Amino acid sequence: MSVRPVSNNQPDSFEFTEQNIAWANEQIAKYPADKQASAVIPLLWRAQEQHYGWLPEAAIKKIAQMLDMAPIRVTEVATFYTMFNLAPVGKFFIQLCGTTPCLLRGSDELAKVLKKRVGGQNQVSEDGLFSWLEVECLGACANAPMVQINQEYFEDLNAENFTMLLDDLEAGRDVTPGPQNDRSCSCPDGGATSLTDASLYANEGDSASSGVAAMGAEALSNIAAGSTAYSGTVAASTFVSAEPALVSFDDDHQMKGVSSAPEETTSQPTERGTNTSDDAKPTGLSQAREGASDDLKRITGVGPKLESTLHSLGIFHFDQIAGWSADNVAWVDEYLSFRGRIDREGWIDQAKVMAQEDGPSDDDKGDV
Amino acid sequence: MLSDKDRIFTNLYGLRDSDLKGARARGAWDGTKAMVEKGEDWIIDEVKASGLRGRGGAGFPTGLKWSFMPKQSDGRPHYLVINADESEPGTCKDREIMRNDPQLLIEGALYASFAMRANVAYIYVRGEFILERKRLQAAIDEAYAANLIGKNNVHGYPFDLYLHHGAGAYICGEETALLESLEGRKGMPRLKPPFPANVGLYGAPTTVNNVESIAVVPDILRRGGSWFATLGKPNNAGTKLFSISGHVNNPCNVEEEMGIPLRELIEKHAGGVRGGWDNLLAVIPGGSSVPCVPADQCQDLAMDFDSLLEVKSGLGTAAVIVMDKSTDMIRAIARLAYFYKHESCGQCTPCREGTGWMWRVLERMVKGEADISEIDMLFDVSKQIEGHTICALGDAAAWPVQGLIRHFRPVIEQRIEEFTKNPNPQGAVKAAE
Repeated sequence: MSVRPVSNNQPDSFEFTEQNIAWANEQIAKYPADKQASAVIPLLWRAQEQHYGWLPEAAIKKIAQMLDMAPIRVTEVATFYTMFNLAPVGKFFIQLCGTTPCLLRGSDELAKVLKKRVGGQNQVSEDGLFSWLEVECLGACANAPMVQINQEYFEDLNAENFTMLLDDLEAGRDVTPGPQNDRSCSCPDGGATSLTDASLYANEGDSASSGVAAMGAEALSNIAAGSTAYSGTVAASTFVSAEPALVSFDDDHQMKGVSSAPEETTSQPTERGTNTSDDAKPTGLSQAREGASDDLKRITGVGPKLESTLHSLGIFHFDQIAGWSADNVAWVDEYLSFRGRIDREGWIDQAKVMAQEDGPSDDDKGDV
Repeated sequence: MLSDKDRIFTNLYGLRDSDLKGARARGAWDGTKAMVEKGEDWIIDEVKASGLRGRGGAGFPTGLKWSFMPKQSDGRPHYLVINADESEPGTCKDREIMRNDPQLLIEGALYASFAMRANVAYIYVRGEFILERKRLQAAIDEAYAANLIGKNNVHGYPFDLYLHHGAGAYICGEETALLESLEGRKGMPRLKPPFPANVGLYGAPTTVNNVESIAVVPDILRRGGSWFATLGKPNNAGTKLFSISGHVNNPCNVEEEMGIPLRELIEKHAGGVRGGWDNLLAVIPGGSSVPCVPADQCQDLAMDFDSLLEVKSGLGTAAVIVMDKSTDMIRAIARLAYFYKHESCGQCTPCREGTGWMWRVLERMVKGEADISEIDMLFDVSKQIEGHTICALGDAAAWPVQGLIRHFRPVIEQRIEEFTKNPNPQGAVKAAE
């Protein structure tokens, strides 16, 4: 049995999108009348896909309502089946198969890569991109070692190509699921030892494609169709504000923040945020007041890497974060592709307390 | 070696079109109506004559299982449930059927349902197989669109096929746990009797079959049960998908004749054992649940139910996990013990407590941090788990441990002795100055 903790940071409510409600009704129709409870796993799974890869309690209650089940019955299903994540995961949730067939082929090496790069299991990396978990046999043993990242299997891995894969994901480049050594499915590497008799396929005619190309196309269309995508374009677009309606700040305010900080705005964050509506971007400072920034790492959820990203946005002090408006929070959340982490971790409240403790600097108050 | 013309899964590696058109060109859905018209009894007799034994691990004769379903409905519907919750470590064959040869599975589901008077069938796919699920659903949609299945299909037998999925629980591969899960509950196995053939899904007569068992049926009916029966050996008939993983040069899935010698299987298809045949330490011949077989018994070992039983192992799902001499056998089995601890549903105490207990002891044995007497104690505890639980997960957790002790006791003893001699390899802790 596995016992898994439920996140303390839960959203207040959960609603399926209209599209997903229509889908849910199709699922329920698969089962006889009064047996709608059968649809509980598919619905929970769809809720998890809709909600950034983890299942909040509000979704469990919602589904109980939809299926006319007692909430505890749905909760026991959600906690029994280990694919339901009960706490937030990274944008790329990596499940590393560690059972013996993968162990024999070097899953240890992959675990080392993940430990070094992402950290411990079940911790979301600071940029919100990755989290990982060692799971039990994923049923791709002839392609070991392998991982599942969100929906897709990546097989025939080693430390080297796995590192490259993570690099590509981080950079928002295209990745190809399946075997990473160019073989098709579980065909022996180096060529098929069976099914080589051409007469088996005599009736296929000219229209029969030589599978691999067709496979590739299909695999790609699957990715595009999936609710979680891996193609570079989509990965990159999550850094772009999806909400054009963010309330704008007044221009003077904006100027004060970033105008005199060319270094901070040139590097990677600018590239990421090119298309982001800057109206709701929190005002930053060109440098820390009196040359000394607050220790932002004291905020739970902020580590060294995130601190330096905040610095690059011109955020150096607790009182700056404490003064963020809801739109500012939404902007930063989107920018860091955090999916609500700032609210969940209560940065604003934490920062308010810490700003009080430290006392605001008098001369720069107006900047916030 | 099995000749290509006797192979059933002709798109095993996804090198051809997996859509309906491609599958039909390779023979799927050929003469289906004529075979349905021959009647239920003819289908069951052919399957019985073929000698097909269930491909999900237990090896129960499929035709016989089908004949357990009531001949007349008492008002309750009948159900066929196809077990695609492929999770046995080492096993990855059903996945290939679902994504590359799905029409064979759908066609087989029609025959099996017809033979058992079921108008509805469910396929329960493990939750992680998301791509496979999409492929299979696309194939089902194609079959519906071509009116091969559905309420008014061209074969004249109303038949609906639905896809269902789990969410990461090995135990749902046990047939009654699967039914519980399909009904929307935790996957905890049911006490038997009553058996599913009397009281199964939604309290109605149900038969649960493995994907491969169902997907071979169309070819058995088309070519005749006698064709299938001539392949392999008596009581171990037909062809079988073997999954070869671990320390071989080219791990793969391959369809071969039952009873093929292990050495031939590995050397013909998987490029041989890493470092040569003499570098073999042991194999787990049928998925993680069966005891390992040490190299000295592997030389002439035949891969079928009865031959493997003779060496106190089993064919299981025919998932061959190969381990060469670099393997830390204790760690390999300890990792499997962790698997069973993780996957125990927690319903029966011997399994819930026993699997964790065995894992913790084995983890100590990996380091040698144990007492020699604990080896016998471990064996004894495994015997107390085996046979004392509702389902076979308890047995499955116990057998690999028993196999380890039976064949590798000297390795465990040596490790313990080494640790006892020098429990602190870094040297004694020095007192602070």
